[in-house]
Amino acid sequence: MTELLTVRDLRVDFDTPSGPVRVIDGLDLTVAPGERVALVGESGSGKSVTAQAILGLLPTARVTGSVRLDGQELVGASRRILRQVRGNRIGLVFQDPLSSLNPVMTIGRQVMEPLLIRGVRRAEARRRAIDLLARLGVRDAARRFDDYPHQFSGGMRQRVVIAIAVIAEPDLLIADEPTTALDVRIQAQVLSLLDEIAAERRMAVLLITHDLGIVAGFAQRVVVMYAGREVEQGPVDEIFGRARHPYTRGLLAAVPRIDERHQGRLPTIGGQVPTPAQRPDGCAFHPRCSSTVDACRSEVPLLLPRAAAHRVACHVATRHAEQVTEV
Amino acid sequence: MTLLRVENLVKSFPTGYRSPPVTVVKGVSFTLDRGEILGLVGESGSGKSTTARCVARLLPADSGRVVLDGRDVLGASGRELRSLRRDMQMVFQDPYSSLNPRMPVGEAVSEPLLVHGLVTGRAALRRRALELLRMVGLEEEHLDRYPRSFSGGQRQRIAIARAIALEPKLLICDEPVSSLDVSVQAQVLNLFHDLRERLGLTILFIAHDLAVVRHLCDRVAVMRGGEIVEIADSDTLYDNPTHEYTRSLLAAVPIPDPRRERARRGVGTG
Repeated sequence: MTELLTVRDLRVDFDTPSGPVRVIDGLDLTVAPGERVALVGESGSGKSVTAQAILGLLPTARVTGSVRLDGQELVGASRRILRQVRGNRIGLVFQDPLSSLNPVMTIGRQVMEPLLIRGVRRAEARRRAIDLLARLGVRDAARRFDDYPHQFSGGMRQRVVIAIAVIAEPDLLIADEPTTALDVRIQAQVLSLLDEIAAERRMAVLLITHDLGIVAGFAQRVVVMYAGREVEQGPVDEIFGRARHPYTRGLLAAVPRIDERHQGRLPTIGGQVPTPAQRPDGCAFHPRCSSTVDACRSEVPLLLPRAAAHRVACHVATRHAEQVTEV
Repeated sequence: MTLLRVENLVKSFPTGYRSPPVTVVKGVSFTLDRGEILGLVGESGSGKSTTARCVARLLPADSGRVVLDGRDVLGASGRELRSLRRDMQMVFQDPYSSLNPRMPVGEAVSEPLLVHGLVTGRAALRRRALELLRMVGLEEEHLDRYPRSFSGGQRQRIAIARAIALEPKLLICDEPVSSLDVSVQAQVLNLFHDLRERLGLTILFIAHDLAVVRHLCDRVAVMRGGEIVEIADSDTLYDNPTHEYTRSLLAAVPIPDPRRERARRGVGTG
């Protein structure tokens, strides 16, 4: 087995006053060692819940299916095992650096913590933390080691969060909208740092984002989610150049581009993203889709072809492909 | 034909006892022609929102001049100010906090007409509310619903309908699409485009997303540290930026095209 992370048939249900709601409905996902995979979708697509389910961070939800890290099952694993995995083997970066940091603990202490927990000696942990902070572009890292989060700017805080996530040299970094709260130039810096650190350490990255521009520059493979299901996945050039799912195509067309002179109207996808509780029968996208057949309204499409690198869950796209191969 | 003229606008905020005030807008000047969409871009803290709020008289400016359609905005008071407010309406970033949760959207949309005494009588107000909702792509069935039953994109349409109820000459939009998803953002951008075509609206459009601004705006002003560092028509600014800061901003914007991204960074992935 060559995959680092293998997610199979992941289902996440939340109990609500009006009954259980399935937020993730049968997700399959793999990440190879050192690979960068982007999980893309709009609000409510389930991309952040997927990250939390992988890490066992959803104590109130019912999570079924399988999440294996190097063969070790994480769904239903004990808290002790999950604690070992988090921080040691999987690093985590969330969108808002301020709420990820402890406001009453110094920056240095927080960056050292994963090492101290592992039993690294304090002097050694301090040296490595200062090195890493400096590497991540925190100026005067040694002098600022005893500062508190409120003394750092947003961009600097996110660098600190990244330092905490990668200092224990995890095999996988899960980054959930890591630059969404940052200004565009800071975003570019943080992304290129992530890029360098991941390459240096051969660290795999699962990047969760709604920003297709970031995906294009960072990921090797893309998984597109819609209403809690995967609708398409493939190599980044395939998804951007030859997307087959009407939702993926619509999404790509709806993004204004800075390198294009075009005024006038943008192509749009009519309607709006359904909430998980109101997910339509059959293909969840069918009420917004312009080319539907009967099956779209009744059968959930499978991701096909199963073994291919580029897979799509669309009755129309896969039928069309069958006809083409028959001819 | 110039609709809005802003000259040497200055705004500072106090920072506390015995510490000097911080100047957030440092002498900003620009003009806006009738029917034009001007983008005001910049990073957080550049002073773009404060500029917009001073222009709209939501904040008192320290000094400078704002002239809308020949009328002095900063010195206006009483009846004159009320008439100016009618001509300048705002749309804010967060459609969740800009609508009253206890007011049906039909009422919210027609409330400005009632306040300014332009339409009287329930039936007439309701008729006008429906016209406005239809203009932004909503229907009669939505009139009596409350904001909670609408998505973010729909709420932003409702906020826009309310803003255009008074047929303002100038619409000031502060990050109106930044909290929306890509597919919904495109719908709202198209709405601005259509409103300009149909109503001849003039729009001051504040945003941090440079791709959105290029798409929608005729001219763009780039702000940094309270000053406009560059202002030009869109294609000139994006194709041939002259200021170093504009260049660095543009270079940082990711392009949704893997080949172009790789070419720009001069590296392959992995």
